[in-house]
Order: sequence, then structure tokens, then C-alpha cells
Amino acid sequence: MIAGKANAGQFVVLVIDEKAERIPLTLSDWNKDTGSITLIFQAVGQTTRKLSQLKKGGSILHILGPLGHPTAAESTGTVVTVGGGVGIAEVWPVSRRFKEAGNKVIGIIGARSKDLLILEQEMRASCDELYVVTDDGSYGEKGFVTDALKKVLDSEALRNIHSQVRVYAIGPVPMMKAVSEFTRLLKIRTTVSLNPIMVDATGMCGACRCTVAGKTKFACVDGPDFDGHEVDFAELSKRLTLFKEQEQECATK
Amino acid sequence: MRNKVKQQSPQERVKNFNEVSLGFSDEQALLEAKRCIQCKNPLCVKGCPVNVDIPAFIKLIKEGKRKESLAKLKEKNNLPAICGRVCPQEDQCEKECILNKKGMPINIGALERYAADHEVDEPLNRAAEAKQHPEGVKIAVVGSGPAGLTCAADLAKIGHSVTLYESLHIPGGVLSYGIPEFRLPKKIVAGEVEYIKSLGVKVQPDSLVGRAPTVDELFHQGVKAVFVATGAGLPQFLGIPGENLNCIYSANEFLTRINLMKAYRFPEYNTPINIGKRVAVIGGGNVALDCARCAMRLGKDVILVYRRTEAQMPARKEEIENAKEEGFKFSMLTQPVKFSGDDKGFVKGVECIQMKLGEPDASGRRRPVPIEGSNFIIEAETVVVAVGQSPNPLLPASTRGLETTAHGTIKVDENFATSLKGVFAGGDITTGADTVISAMGAGKKAALEIDKYVRSLK
Repeated sequence: MIAGKANAGQFVVLVIDEKAERIPLTLSDWNKDTGSITLIFQAVGQTTRKLSQLKKGGSILHILGPLGHPTAAESTGTVVTVGGGVGIAEVWPVSRRFKEAGNKVIGIIGARSKDLLILEQEMRASCDELYVVTDDGSYGEKGFVTDALKKVLDSEALRNIHSQVRVYAIGPVPMMKAVSEFTRLLKIRTTVSLNPIMVDATGMCGACRCTVAGKTKFACVDGPDFDGHEVDFAELSKRLTLFKEQEQECATK
Repeated sequence: MRNKVKQQSPQERVKNFNEVSLGFSDEQALLEAKRCIQCKNPLCVKGCPVNVDIPAFIKLIKEGKRKESLAKLKEKNNLPAICGRVCPQEDQCEKECILNKKGMPINIGALERYAADHEVDEPLNRAAEAKQHPEGVKIAVVGSGPAGLTCAADLAKIGHSVTLYESLHIPGGVLSYGIPEFRLPKKIVAGEVEYIKSLGVKVQPDSLVGRAPTVDELFHQGVKAVFVATGAGLPQFLGIPGENLNCIYSANEFLTRINLMKAYRFPEYNTPINIGKRVAVIGGGNVALDCARCAMRLGKDVILVYRRTEAQMPARKEEIENAKEEGFKFSMLTQPVKFSGDDKGFVKGVECIQMKLGEPDASGRRRPVPIEGSNFIIEAETVVVAVGQSPNPLLPASTRGLETTAHGTIKVDENFATSLKGVFAGGDITTGADTVISAMGAGKKAALEIDKYVRSLK
């Protein structure tokens, strides 16, 4: 059911057991024939830790999706897709989608270090060009995704056609903010995929509210994709710290 | 004398989430049932949105036939254990009761609950009772709140093959996510849902109709009619500066975390809630009171901020009394104008303006008007915004041809039919936020119309 309807940019909400939270996870891949879906996550919270301990044949109590609007991936020319950390899990299907729509897709992926870098081969297969960076230089170029983005946008091929270029970025909030601030200067259309705290993820609770172009939006039903130049990233960063204490309390259990 | 129901003492109950009301004992129920004068032309029945034969079920209690009394209730009301607890009887059946002329109406709500709880105490063998209707007409009911549960149950009783879709992982809609444990134990809701299942209704959680499946897809799957009962689930905010600061919750989020996800038992249950020492709840309805009373039970200092006066609060009188006993503060004639926060983005206080009552507005209540220059600060580390809910826009927005009003409610005719053939709607999605029982009344009447419609197709 979920696989049959899934599109790039969408997510699911799952409840792993009776006492668990509802958590959103991005759909990385799906197979409409077999009905399987692929979710990629970092084991940082209670649910993701439990997920990482599931054995083959294990089960998840509840799953709902696909949720959110699919990424609007019309053919516009060249698209630079930028993924940071676990955000690469979402930039992969989005890159595929832009490619299918007839764009030239240039991928940029980055992680703190080599062991945290995921989906390099998959991204290479889905993009026309791929650039890889690590913060510590343990793999690919040393630097941030924004460094690679600057180089790509300043390259011979793209330098003079910025109006035909589109950037799509997904990753940690500071990364999306940095990408958006840079592309704003170059007036390059930029889409980001937001990852606020959610509960029901169907527009009922408002936990995921974000300010976009001065208006409150619910990321779960209005997004998750928004114009990066309109998003209040400072507010989003602060809202993500709401349960820091409670998360630490759980982590020490 | 009207027999009152025993309650947990205020001192005791603010420390737990157990039910406030303890219900009638056998003796009390008998005494109260005997007070009913069995009117030939009972006005109470007319006051009930689902027309329960009230004198008849009370008579059976008087005769010691509790099980039969419940059966009588269930002829008209599929959810008596819920209605006995959350219906505003004082505005309905009890208001019309002839004994109310002397201010002592029969305690119909407590008697209904007494009869219904018989089943909670002595659960029937549901599996043996479960019916299947494979030959029935396929009907989809969307949303498992009071309207959806009722409509699904009545259609199944007629013999249709009903699937009830719910987007959350637990059925019950507002009964599960909204109304707190201490007013409506979740065990009671689960019991009523089991009863609906025993009638042959297939309950399908984790299904967001509109997205997957769409209404069109339901028809392609052979469904002949769809009843949309998706409720008023969209939280309203005040639209004032600072509203997205941390620890400002919509009532829906606050209650969903606490009731549905059981955050009050964190970390045993994994969903957290971050509540500071001082909590300001904004609003004057039942939902606002529910939020305030939840916060009290979590050991917080609570203040209820309302822009009109107590007399104009839309909350049930009984709940206002209960809430007062539990000891939180009220700040009436108070309108928030701005939230202030610290540098980390957490709320610190609510700037308010003092109001006075002016001329009556469209609702007939005197309109509160601000007193210039009367601004003051209510310090609070947590704020809950409980100023109303709008119709859930997701299904109408994703269903082409389904007409809505300017308020976002789905347009229906007097037969609950929408602008789309075979699609019916009822409850809060057509009326805006209202009571459990009026949604049930709509579900019940809609079931009859839907039955008529599917028969006309043959």
C-alpha cells in the first residue's frame, strides 16, 4: 500500500511497539511490485535504537504513509541535489526523481567522516555527476557541502546559467540554512525539506509548525518541502531543542 | 432528592489520572431509578439527540435487570458508556426532565453509565458474538470518532459490510486522543470499539483516507458509499507574536501527547512532554479545562486565561465545578496579545490585556472589548492554546469535487449527502466543533440515509 503510492520527498510515521513514540522517517526507496519500502535512519533516539535491533522477520506495530507532498520535480534544466549526513537517505530518491523528469542532476553528498557517509554508490548511479565531501577529510574532498556547492555553481558549465539551475538541499538545519543563504545571493531557486518534531503528522497537532515567508505552516501537511529562501531556520533550530532534556533522560536509561 | 455520584476527593484526584467520577453503587442506582415517574409522554427522550428510550432503560434498572437495561440503551445508542460520561445531560435529557421544574431532574447520565458499565464489569464473549456480513454492501466510514463509530455500528446492524478507517494508530478519534483518562478512561473507549467490531465492523487504523487510499480508490475497490466523519481536528492558534516559541502547545498536541501517547507515564511510555512549573491555558471550553486539569495532575501551577467571564464559558458546568475544586487559578476577561521568550526560544510569559464586556455579538454573548493601557504579564513556562478546532482540511482538499463552505466544513444536504455521488458526511466535519452526542446523532441519521441510498442502487 505505502510502496504503491510512494513518491520522492514523502515520509512515513511509525510506532514500533505499544509504548513507543510516533516518529517520522523519510522514504528512501520502494518497490511497487513487491510492496517493500526502505527506510534509512541513524540510531539516536529510543525508536531508532529499537529499530536498529530488529532482526530479519521482525515487525513494526504501526506504520502510516506516505505522508507529505511529493517533491515537485518538473524538468527545469540542471538540478544540484545536496545531502548532508542522514539527509542523503532522502536526497537519493529526490535525485532519482529529478533525473527521471529529464534534468541534468549534479549530486553533492557530505558527512562528518568516512564511516558516516551513506549511499555513495547509489547516488553515483542516480546522478550525472557526484561530489563527495567529509568534514574531516577522511574521504573525498575535505570540507562542507557548501564548499562543493560553491565550486559546482561557479564551474564553467553553470556559471552563466544560474537562472536555469535549481538546488535541492536536505540535511541538518545549519547545512540547509548555509546552502539557502548562499544560493539567495546567486538568486538560485532552492528547495529544502524540513524535519521538525511531529506527533500525528496528519495536520492535527501543530507540533511541526514552522515559519515560512512570515506565515506559520505545518511541515507534515504543507511540506515537508519549502522554499529555502523563505524558511525561518533560526526558529526551526530552536524548536528542535524542545525535548533535549527528556531525550537525555532516555539516553541514560 | 437527586442522588449524586461519588467522586474522588479533589485533594486525591489531582495526584492521579484515574476517573474522577466513581459511578453509582447498586443501591444508589436503584434509589435514583425509583425517582423516575415514568412519564407517559417523556420529554427527556425528545431532549436526547439519539432519542434513547430513557424511561424504559431506567425502569429495567429499577427491576434489577441491568443487562436488559443496557440492551435497551443499545437499541438507540451504540456508545452508552461514553455518553454516560461525557454528554452534557444538563442541556439535553435532564434539562427536559419534568422533575427539573423543581431543579431535581433524574440523574440520567449516571444511570446510563451504571447500566453500560455492567459490560465493563462482566465482559461478554465478543468472539462468539462477532458477526460477519460478507454478503452486505461494502461501505467505508472515514474517521473513528463518535460520528464514525455510530454510523459504522448502525450500518453493520442493518447488515452492511463496513470498514472503519482511522488515521491514528488507535481508534476512537477525539475520544482517544482528546478527552483525558480521568473523564473517560481509555479502557471504556476500547470496550466500545470492541463492541462495534463485534457487530461485524472492520476497523482499519493507520489509514489516512484522502492520501492513501483516496476516496476514488475506495469506490474502485467496490465500496458503494463513503461516510466522511473526519471531525474538527485542525488546531486554531491566536495568531499573535511569539506563538511558535517552545513549550507553547496547541490543545490537540498537549492532549494527544498526554492521552493518546501517555506522556504522563514518560519514560515508561516513550513520548515526552516538556512542561514547566507554571502553565497558562488559554480558552474557556471543555478542551481548555481538560488541558488545565491534565497539567494540575502533573503537579503544575495552572492558570486558565479566558477573554470573557465564567458565566459565558462554553464548558460544561459540572466540569467547571470539578476544575474549581481542583484549585487552579482563573484569569477572566483576559486576552493574550503577545508571547515573550528567552534567548533559547522557550516561552517565558504571556502579555495580556484586560477586557470588559460590551454589546452582544453574533453568538448572543456580550462581546469582550479591550481596556486600553491595561496590559499585564502572566509569567508561564508553558502555554496551551485551547481556543478551538477547525474542520480537518485534508480529505476535502484531496478529494476533487467535494464542496466545502468558507469555514472549511463539508457541504451536505438534509440527507447528509455531499456534492459527490455516494459520499456522505456528518459530525464536526460538517458542523464545526460540537459535542460527542451531536456527532453521534449525525452518525445515526446518516446511517439511515446511506442505507436508503445503497438500496436505491440495486
